[in-house]
Amino acid sequence: MIQTRRDFLKASGALIVSFNAASLAPLSLDGQRPFATHPSHIDPNKLDSWLAIAADGTVTAYTGKCDFGQGIFTAQTQLVAEELGVDISQVKLVQCDTDITPDQGTTSGSQSTPTNFNEGSLALAAATAREALLGMAAAKFGDSADNLTATNGVVTSKSGRRTTYAELLAGKHFDLPLNPGVKRKPVTQWSVLGKPVPSLDRAALTTGRFEFVQNVRVDGMLHGRVVRPPEMGATVAVVDEHSLKDVGGFVKVVVRKNFVGVVAETQYQAEKAARQLSVRWNPGPELPAQKDFFSYLKHQPSHDSLSVDSGDVDSQLRSASTLLRASYTYPYQMHGSVGTSCALADVTSDRAIVWSATQSVYPTRSVLAKILNLSLESVRVIFVRGSGCYGLNGADAASFDAAILSQAVGRPVRLRFSRKDEMMWENFGAACAIEQRAGLAPDGHIVAWDREDWVTSLGSRPGYDRPGNVISGMLLGYEPEPLQPGPAKVPKGEFRNRSNTVPSYFAGCVGNVCGGNGSIRSERAMTHTVCSLFFTGPLRSPLRIQNTFANECFLDELSAQAKADPVAFRIHHLRDPRLIAVVKAAAEAAKWDARPSPGPKVGGDRVVSGRGIACVDYEGGNGYAALVAHVEVNLDSGVVHPRNFFLAIDCGPVSNPDGLRNQSEGGILQAVSRALVEEVTWDNRRVTSVDWASYKTLYLGYEMPAVECTFVMPHGVPALGAGETSITVTPAAIGNAIFDATGARLRTIPFTPERVLDGLRHVNQAGVTRSS
Amino acid sequence: MATVSKKIVLKVNGHEHTVAVDPSTPLLFVLNDELGLRGPRFGCGMAQCGACSVILDGRVVRSCVMSVDAVRNSEITTLEGLGTPEAPHPLQQAFIDEGAAQCGFCLSGVMLTTKALLDANPKASDEEIRDALGGVLCRCFTHLRMMRAIRKYAGARKA
Repeated sequence: MIQTRRDFLKASGALIVSFNAASLAPLSLDGQRPFATHPSHIDPNKLDSWLAIAADGTVTAYTGKCDFGQGIFTAQTQLVAEELGVDISQVKLVQCDTDITPDQGTTSGSQSTPTNFNEGSLALAAATAREALLGMAAAKFGDSADNLTATNGVVTSKSGRRTTYAELLAGKHFDLPLNPGVKRKPVTQWSVLGKPVPSLDRAALTTGRFEFVQNVRVDGMLHGRVVRPPEMGATVAVVDEHSLKDVGGFVKVVVRKNFVGVVAETQYQAEKAARQLSVRWNPGPELPAQKDFFSYLKHQPSHDSLSVDSGDVDSQLRSASTLLRASYTYPYQMHGSVGTSCALADVTSDRAIVWSATQSVYPTRSVLAKILNLSLESVRVIFVRGSGCYGLNGADAASFDAAILSQAVGRPVRLRFSRKDEMMWENFGAACAIEQRAGLAPDGHIVAWDREDWVTSLGSRPGYDRPGNVISGMLLGYEPEPLQPGPAKVPKGEFRNRSNTVPSYFAGCVGNVCGGNGSIRSERAMTHTVCSLFFTGPLRSPLRIQNTFANECFLDELSAQAKADPVAFRIHHLRDPRLIAVVKAAAEAAKWDARPSPGPKVGGDRVVSGRGIACVDYEGGNGYAALVAHVEVNLDSGVVHPRNFFLAIDCGPVSNPDGLRNQSEGGILQAVSRALVEEVTWDNRRVTSVDWASYKTLYLGYEMPAVECTFVMPHGVPALGAGETSITVTPAAIGNAIFDATGARLRTIPFTPERVLDGLRHVNQAGVTRSS
Repeated sequence: MATVSKKIVLKVNGHEHTVAVDPSTPLLFVLNDELGLRGPRFGCGMAQCGACSVILDGRVVRSCVMSVDAVRNSEITTLEGLGTPEAPHPLQQAFIDEGAAQCGFCLSGVMLTTKALLDANPKASDEEIRDALGGVLCRCFTHLRMMRAIRKYAGARKA
């Protein structure tokens, strides 16, 4: 079942020719040097690394960006079909396999589309191939390539001559470099891209045929489980293997430093063994109380950084006619994949193959080589999709664990986490506290804005060399990336939005160059990174969702203070035309009633409704979105129920409108759950939200709000990321709508009924007047 | 004490299978590891999410908490048993048409719970459908599309 790059090329015919032509030298891989950034053996500058056309005309394309449910497999297949000029059914896409595909690092950060659809990589390969094939046809016909057209793999000349890609290439390699100057298919001529092509995995998924990493099986395979410590920082004191003597099928207990795992013949036996194994642990340190956590956080040593500092905020704030302050907090949240992480490893004395749902096959290969003490070349990581991950769930850790167990028993081991393994030890989305201060001029204009955040950090993606960034590596004795406390330096060079730390309304002036999206020139954005209690890592919209929640809600507070309409107030302080365009488009779609918030209270109804808006330029230049939320709030129960969302999104040209809609809807609804109910909990020793009873989420029985998407597509712009924009604005839009409905400003996620009722009590005590 | 393995005959998707396993093994593990079925999947092992759902004599059950011994005389249907990629069941077709999946890991719970409900109560209202799906989890949050697919299937079924 394992295919090699040779097999693929052989299947495509190319290798046969290669053998003949290259005196039986094994395919070229030796001839391709590692390239500069990563230890890849597949040269990304060569066309053959990306694309092969078989003698029967079928196209195999190789990508280092993989699909875990976000639809990029289908979009990339469309891309190859479009640029190459073949039918989509002729394209077979091979994704993320360290022996086969180019090293494209990690599939993350909404970077797959910018990376593969614009000036480089896969798009360039397919376009280069088309150009080369047209050149071959031109030579064959004795005609100019300008007189030729290519459709469905058939080249036709104006004079009526005709040939096919298959005939032209006859199973050979291209043996060409990528051409950076190649002519690309303009958006106006798209016939495959830009269409709502149904995702290619649907039939297999809905009929139960799809192979997830959880389904991969190999001959001679055993089953493994990990036995994790009871709490962070606990170390192994004694492992009593005798406790397993009556477990049938038991094969081995594996202990390496603080890593403990068991291997057995069947899943059931492995599960029994993991439950039954007696391990005495030395306790870890006590944890600070969750209720006081955010004040604890602000007193810890921190690594400080300034994204922007005009140097005059304190004086400007002192002289402002009105000063507003507010504290926002965002809790630890989980990826909480519905399936627990799983991997299959086959490690022998001199090589390893790992089937993994990691988003980072090449970095994972490098870390595996390190922890297994094998050479890089002898490790292969094959991506197989797992349960939706939304970032760094347990997939990397499970891959390391499976490999350690397989190496210890010398047989293939399938490792699957228990629900608790997954939820207690994944790299959570970071908890953050954000302090805001801003000053208004008498006319309501924002004159200065100062914001600082405290963000928790421990570990992250392991990258190429940091096993300790996830639990498995730390248990094996590797340190997570250290946090070096220290004061912030004056920002220099280019303005950096830094995880949407900087509100969109900042001018973003660094050294007299203003790279921000807004007009506020008295500005400061400081981040204090503090060592986290638990592992943290990228969770869909990492730090962007937290910062945007605080920034967009505080902007709304300023708008209310200025008695301005929140849409007009935003536009007034923005400069970026694309951000302004999505704000306008969302407002228009929602039939926004322009007036200040909170709105007039209707009658004596105990269920009130309101509307709120929020917008973001994701990371500064990787996707624009604005969202209007309509919510209902029950004044007696405190329950918030979003009813309608209107999203306007600009991610440049849209590869697949249905895919974008699916991602946008999914992002918003996931954020409804995160805004309303999700929160990691702990006691004085350990994480206590370890299953779906203790970690709240919104099940399918929840009546989800309707979502309407508007795509804003300016001409002549590159393709941007889209998977994380809608989720980023959702908590703020809901929070602003709650304020509009009730006058209660909620500054703590999740918006639980208790917090809403508490907010309502404050409104009643303060006697806040509602505008009309 | 070694595990006692027993021969058990299972009726799955219209076929009989004989497996030799510890009778207390969860049905899910037998479906996945002995029969090579991919539809039911491990999500939590505690009947909290629905990813392992199968239909057992017309009722939807969580195969992760049910021993294989307890189901030996039952008709078991997994997601594979409804239809094939070439000839999908109308419910599967509705999910295909509506693009009602992201990662798709949860689909056994979503689709089989729906099927069991609508088989028993073809006129189920939206509220009854949501009620039935109250213990089924989709962490990609494909709720809207799934409800659309279910309504489409339910509507066509009535007609």
